Amino acid sequence: MSILDIRNLSLRIGTTDILHDVNLAVQHGEIVAITGESGSGKSMTALSVMGLLPRGAKPQGQIILGGTDILQTSEPDLCQMRGNTMGMVFQEPMTALNPVQTIGDQVAETILIHEKTSKAAAHAHAAQMLERVGLKVAPTRYPHELSGGQRQRVVIAMAIALRPKLLIADEPTTALDVTTQARILILLQDLVCDFEMGLLLITHDLAVVADVADQIVVMQKGRVVEAGPTPKLLAGMQHPYTKALFEASTHQVDLPGKTDVRTGSVQLLYAKHILRDYPLPRRTLFGPRPMFRAINDINFHIDHGERVGLVGESGCGKSTLTRAILGLEDVQGGEIRLDGEPVFTDHPNLAVRRKMQVVFQDPYGSFNPRHRVDRLITEPFHLLEKPPKGKAREAAISKALQDVGLAADDAGKYIHEFSGGQRQRLAIARALIIAPELIIFDEAVSALDVSVRAQVLDLIADLCRKRALAYLFISHDLSVVRSVTDRVMVMQAGRIVEQGETETVFTDPQHPYTQTLIAAAPQLPELPHAIETV
Amino acid sequence: MNRNLIIGAVMSVFFVGLAALSFLWTPYDIETLDIPNRLLTPSWENLLGTDQFGRDILSMIMMGARTSIAVALVAVGIGMGLGVPLGLLAAARKGSLLDEVIMRGNDLVFAFPSLVIAILITAVFGASAVNAIIAIGIFNIPVFARLARGAALPLWERDFILAARVCGKSATRISVEHILPNITNLMIVQGTIQFSLGILAEAALSYIGLGAQPPTASWGRMLADAQTLVSIAPHTALVPGFAILLMVLGLNLLGDGLRDWLDPRIRVARV
Amino acid sequence: MIRYALGRLTSLIISLFVASIVIFGVIEVIPGDPAAFMLGVNARPDTIAALRAEMGLDQPLITRYLSWVTGLLQGDFGQSWTYKTPVSELIADRIWVSLPLAIYALILSTLIAFPAGIYAASRRGGAGDITIMGATQLGVAIPNFWFAMILVLIFAINLRWFSAGGFPGWGDPFQAVKALTLPAIALALPQAAILARVMRSSLLDMLGEDFIRTARAKGLSARQALWRHAVRNALIPVLTIIGLQFSFLLAGGIIIEQVFFLPGLGRLIFQSISARDLIVVESVVMLLVFTVIVVNFLVDLAYAAVDPRLRTKA
Repeated sequence: MSILDIRNLSLRIGTTDILHDVNLAVQHGEIVAITGESGSGKSMTALSVMGLLPRGAKPQGQIILGGTDILQTSEPDLCQMRGNTMGMVFQEPMTALNPVQTIGDQVAETILIHEKTSKAAAHAHAAQMLERVGLKVAPTRYPHELSGGQRQRVVIAMAIALRPKLLIADEPTTALDVTTQARILILLQDLVCDFEMGLLLITHDLAVVADVADQIVVMQKGRVVEAGPTPKLLAGMQHPYTKALFEASTHQVDLPGKTDVRTGSVQLLYAKHILRDYPLPRRTLFGPRPMFRAINDINFHIDHGERVGLVGESGCGKSTLTRAILGLEDVQGGEIRLDGEPVFTDHPNLAVRRKMQVVFQDPYGSFNPRHRVDRLITEPFHLLEKPPKGKAREAAISKALQDVGLAADDAGKYIHEFSGGQRQRLAIARALIIAPELIIFDEAVSALDVSVRAQVLDLIADLCRKRALAYLFISHDLSVVRSVTDRVMVMQAGRIVEQGETETVFTDPQHPYTQTLIAAAPQLPELPHAIETV
Repeated sequence: MNRNLIIGAVMSVFFVGLAALSFLWTPYDIETLDIPNRLLTPSWENLLGTDQFGRDILSMIMMGARTSIAVALVAVGIGMGLGVPLGLLAAARKGSLLDEVIMRGNDLVFAFPSLVIAILITAVFGASAVNAIIAIGIFNIPVFARLARGAALPLWERDFILAARVCGKSATRISVEHILPNITNLMIVQGTIQFSLGILAEAALSYIGLGAQPPTASWGRMLADAQTLVSIAPHTALVPGFAILLMVLGLNLLGDGLRDWLDPRIRVARV
Repeated sequence: MIRYALGRLTSLIISLFVASIVIFGVIEVIPGDPAAFMLGVNARPDTIAALRAEMGLDQPLITRYLSWVTGLLQGDFGQSWTYKTPVSELIADRIWVSLPLAIYALILSTLIAFPAGIYAASRRGGAGDITIMGATQLGVAIPNFWFAMILVLIFAINLRWFSAGGFPGWGDPFQAVKALTLPAIALALPQAAILARVMRSSLLDMLGEDFIRTARAKGLSARQALWRHAVRNALIPVLTIIGLQFSFLLAGGIIIEQVFFLPGLGRLIFQSISARDLIVVESVVMLLVFTVIVVNFLVDLAYAAVDPRLRTKA
């Protein structure tokens, strides 16, 4: 018998339909992955099972867990089941724990609520569980003293402390680095096996799905479009959406070769022996402040027309390096020059700045919500000596918008009228409007759904075809970097540990850290059938 | 449109209208005393009755509204005009000595409640409406400075500010072009709340004799005069009290309504 | 933790130092010749000279400031010109009215606001929430000294449950507390309204946090999650307001003392202002500011007790 059996689940919140006739089942010791893009209803399905739907949600159908229908169960009885027969792990480990309680207390709470044991016994049990999930810190620590991966382990310990029949994990590794992600996924697989529980894994990442799931459920706009055992589904996808989704995930960008090969001239960007220190809080009252070295003796260059990637995990110094290259912060040692001129000066040197633009990660935070598109994308005109005015300005705006696949009359709109993908196009239009020599893409596609990401990557390749474009593509996603760069640099703990031709580095990594990174990144298996049909 | 906004706006406009009307017309002249007709209860001749000198209370309320609104408005103006730029400056130079000095200065002013500032000023310069304005205004500066800094700091972390910096714009220019428009709603809502607190503070100061001096009418002064008469002529105490209550209530409702209308996520500080 | 406390202590000392300079500057520098100012335009020159000598005005400013501060540190606040007694004695008599009144009001305010705010947050949008929020809207708008007059009208003049004013002294603690009850209620209710609103909105913020969802997933009921996880986190902003409120209660007490004819610091300070006794005004203002700064220091320490993140950071 299945642990979990969802039958014809439909859900409305207010007047909006969220789910339509969702059916799925989870067996003992089985991992079922629900996948789909944002808005597909995968998280709402999970919350329905936990009975934790937002106010005003009206579910219909049946959710049978261990013989009881969740939708017919009273709230007090549901409280009995949560944490006991079903547990849940969330996406954001940084905020999922109560900041003012020790981790031991928080794990013990699960036990104390459901079982009549002494506090001491509960704490001993909690300590055991923390050890079981591989956490090597004392239970008396507070969440803020732990890393993201460690916090996620605490959340998992809380969810499995009472060996529930079903564990729901909603994007449990999305906020984590690849190496941490790999370890958490191994832990989850191990727990499923050991405790013989069912795992309902919600994730947008198809590579993770293909890696760990026994069953796959693909959702789109609140409906299950395709479901089946992993090998069978991967071998013979039926639904066009599934095919499109997998195609987008393995999307290979058709990047044209380097066109701008100016030999003999100065390198476009070079950085020599750069150092960047940040002061940490004092350890003694009047002692010197200890320093944290965020960038440690970094050397690299970017040629005209060259597309360079920078990969590394969070905290490796990528963002600090980006700010230093953009001339927003000074460095303590070494120098960064763009076309021979230093990027950082006390008063911004506009002549240097106009050769460089940036596209950021967050499509929602990249634009001032109070300004219209024409004003937003012409902000770089501030860098020009004679910014175009009147007709010339309008023409420049229309061209910039059309270049990125938007319409000229979008110029009068506000940013909230655009989707995430359209906003990233606008960000690219803003970067391109003054035709800079170099663009920094700072995690520019990381926040996008796979299909939108594929379109934006195609746009970048397309722009390379039209003009000589040099860029630095910063990302934690190895497969994306691989597809859009000529050369790649791998960064770890403030140093560049390896750099070289992209294909060479990916096929034959030399540094142990690069090898770990590449091994940890989940890979979609070759899908000849899927690729052929699209 | 929400209910708070409409009720609050109607109440506020009503009192502002009374104050404006007093420049043109009041039912009676409040400077002539009419002792025979003292402490009359409300009637058709004197809608809200008369006080211990026989002055028409409605006329006093209208003139008092002028004082209250003028004092509170100018005080909020001082607070906003100095506090917001200071807060923006501190946020733009976060962590610098300047930021530290501004914020510590704010903490220091917070240690002097407006009443204490008024006491200090009055002890040396004597009591007047202008001193009440200065006392309330000084106290408003850190309120707006902290709020502006607190709202500006997360904005400085946003990518659109980074993008503007990449475009070579100066911190001042970014503060004016990008930060200010994004904190305006917050400042309007807080300004309304500070306005209402200013009305209360003005009433308190003139009640204890540190605010507007006779013959200038003020609601707090009317309450002070009514204190010994409260058992024989309760209306002399009730009317000015309700005027303060309704005006402040109206402004608070207006503030809450504006918040819900402009941006429900705004958090106002009320101290 | 010790580092944090020491850090706060340093800023406490700096605040006190700067505050003392500001007060000294306003009282003793701005008037030009404080002695002439205190005695008024009709004073005889020899009287002014006598006062100048007594106040030590022939000394340089720095010396005067230092002797004032060292005096304060030793509990010597100088000699009142009008009362002809040490200011410390005048203050000692009155502080036992003003300080208990402020503390009484703070306790009342907290006792009313916490349950009201928590109840309103837990019944968000319900009838209880709407009633409490409506009441706080009125409470925020009511001038406390007027509210005090209304309380006198109802409970002292009409019902005769309390006396309309005056203070019998602490000889009979019950009568003393009774005499402070109406003033404390008048002070506390408007502050309680503000505090309840802050408590409610702070709790609602916390209820939207991820860790509340985590707690619910563990099997806590909505109420358990509120009490065990939201309340303590919500206290952090509430503590700030409580600290600020204390200074308002102390200052507001000065006004309420006028309504109830209480012999507290308020009376002393207003008599001194009309008598132009700057020495008393200076000392009382310094005392008020000192209390506010010390209370804020205590609030900072309370933060650290509530929030472990502060204990490890600078």
